[in-house]
Amino acid sequence: MAVLVVAEHDNTEIKPATLNTVTAAGQIGGELAILVVGHNCRPVAEAAAKIAGVGRVLLADQPHLEHHLAENVAPLVASLARDYSHVLAPATTYGKNVMPRVAADLDVAQISDISGIESADTFIRPIYAGNALAVVQSRDSIKLITVRGTAFDAAPAEGGSAAVESVPDTGDQGLSRFVKQDLSVSERPELTTAHIVISGGRGMGSGENFALLETIADKLGAAVGASRAAVDAGFVPNDYQVGQTGKIVAPDLYIAVGISGAIQHLAGMKDSKVIVAINKDEEAPIFQIADYGLAADLFDVLPELAKELDK
Amino acid sequence: MKVLVPVKRVIDANVKIRIKADNAGVETTNVKMSMNPFDEVAVEEAIRLREAGTAQEVIAVSLGVARCQETIRTALAMGADRGILVETDVELEPLAVAKLLQAVVEKEKPDLVIMGKQAIDGDCNQTGQMLAALLGWAQGTFISKLAIGQGTAEVTREIDGGLEMLSLKMPAVVTVDLRLNEPRYASLPNIMKARKKPLERLLPEELGVDVAPRLVTLKVEEPPKRQAGVKVANVAELVDKLRNEAKVI
Repeated sequence: MAVLVVAEHDNTEIKPATLNTVTAAGQIGGELAILVVGHNCRPVAEAAAKIAGVGRVLLADQPHLEHHLAENVAPLVASLARDYSHVLAPATTYGKNVMPRVAADLDVAQISDISGIESADTFIRPIYAGNALAVVQSRDSIKLITVRGTAFDAAPAEGGSAAVESVPDTGDQGLSRFVKQDLSVSERPELTTAHIVISGGRGMGSGENFALLETIADKLGAAVGASRAAVDAGFVPNDYQVGQTGKIVAPDLYIAVGISGAIQHLAGMKDSKVIVAINKDEEAPIFQIADYGLAADLFDVLPELAKELDK
Repeated sequence: MKVLVPVKRVIDANVKIRIKADNAGVETTNVKMSMNPFDEVAVEEAIRLREAGTAQEVIAVSLGVARCQETIRTALAMGADRGILVETDVELEPLAVAKLLQAVVEKEKPDLVIMGKQAIDGDCNQTGQMLAALLGWAQGTFISKLAIGQGTAEVTREIDGGLEMLSLKMPAVVTVDLRLNEPRYASLPNIMKARKKPLERLLPEELGVDVAPRLVTLKVEEPPKRQAGVKVANVAELVDKLRNEAKVI
């Protein structure tokens, strides 16, 4: 057996979800290689070489791979995949975009968003917004998988010393063109890797009121998230969204503020270790899964919480 | 321009699902079924393109059991012009769906395929990307904005870090996120009219596609249940519990 992990990175740094994917790969067993696809990204390959457990690093460094366009990345991954029994990528918007294209090129099924590994061909994955877990067995010769980061610990970023080798290019398909990115810039931790997350819902009332959450987030070293309702209402950008179709988080502490608790939101956070719900509606479904519930007006609670945390 | 919109029949988003007693799957008998919510957004976008004069025809396609006709009729009632049902009792995996859609695309030759980014039952998020690959077309996934240019589709994608804008060569496949638009409700007169719109039926064999599953579902189980905890009376008690009981801050 040999496992290939497709690294997610921005040509400068490896994204943390890659490390969780490496742990999943380690559970499958066999030789482990990491593929770094991008442009001017040798530092990323060198960082990948240091990840504990990695045996080889494959580097594809080409101008047309700079923006990780699926049409260009997928043929490259597919050209290498036949040497491996498993090809894994994080189930982030990067992995979700690229991997099904690879699967179609290889004529194999993809197993999406796995949260557990039973054996080399049997995997656990959430379906119906996490309201059921399916145990699926693959009959394909190459298992193509995306990995739910929160279900696997991060592999140590140091400890390995793999060699970096370049792989042949598969060319620019010329199908799509990168125009630009508008990325949220924040000093706070990234949502999916933060130890504490504080999220706001429709009850926040406006985008300005998210400042109340940010004050608390900064005291706790927390990331700020939101429910779909808050994103749809335009309070905060899309990358804040936690839920079935947004980000999946599982921090040590999740504080849900003014969030009623639709199943689509619970799907994104119910694996958190400790859940706190603050909502003025005592009947809100979020209280059914919260470890600590405070039924009160968030506009009273949040300033008070900020003060209490300073004590 | 011709637009193809695949639509999937799924358990209604508001239904609390039940796992079958033998753990073979999720109970679908006597359960309310609806169009996948992401596909409603896709249908809406296609109809808006036609209303704007950018598209001339919108075709809704569904694949699966005979009752998927109902899902197609919903799309027709929203405003799609005609429907195609590829009928099969096989539980289709995304790769098989993509191959069937590829065959339909080769037959109908649309300029654009607009589809949901994922279905809320399997949560796979694969089919659009697979279809684009099989056709050798550009893909724009998880889009929250679409504009048709000169032989291009300009899309804004919702990605983990924020937004990304791409220019896709047409023909292309785009998969939609929920913020692209607010789907309309079909009016009663339009529901009546939809009954008379053409709906073609095809079989996978006629399209020459092998739809045999690649994965075996060994079992479907309940996830671990979370128990409700305690209600605290005030902020001081909450902070005390988090510091001294849960020890998370």
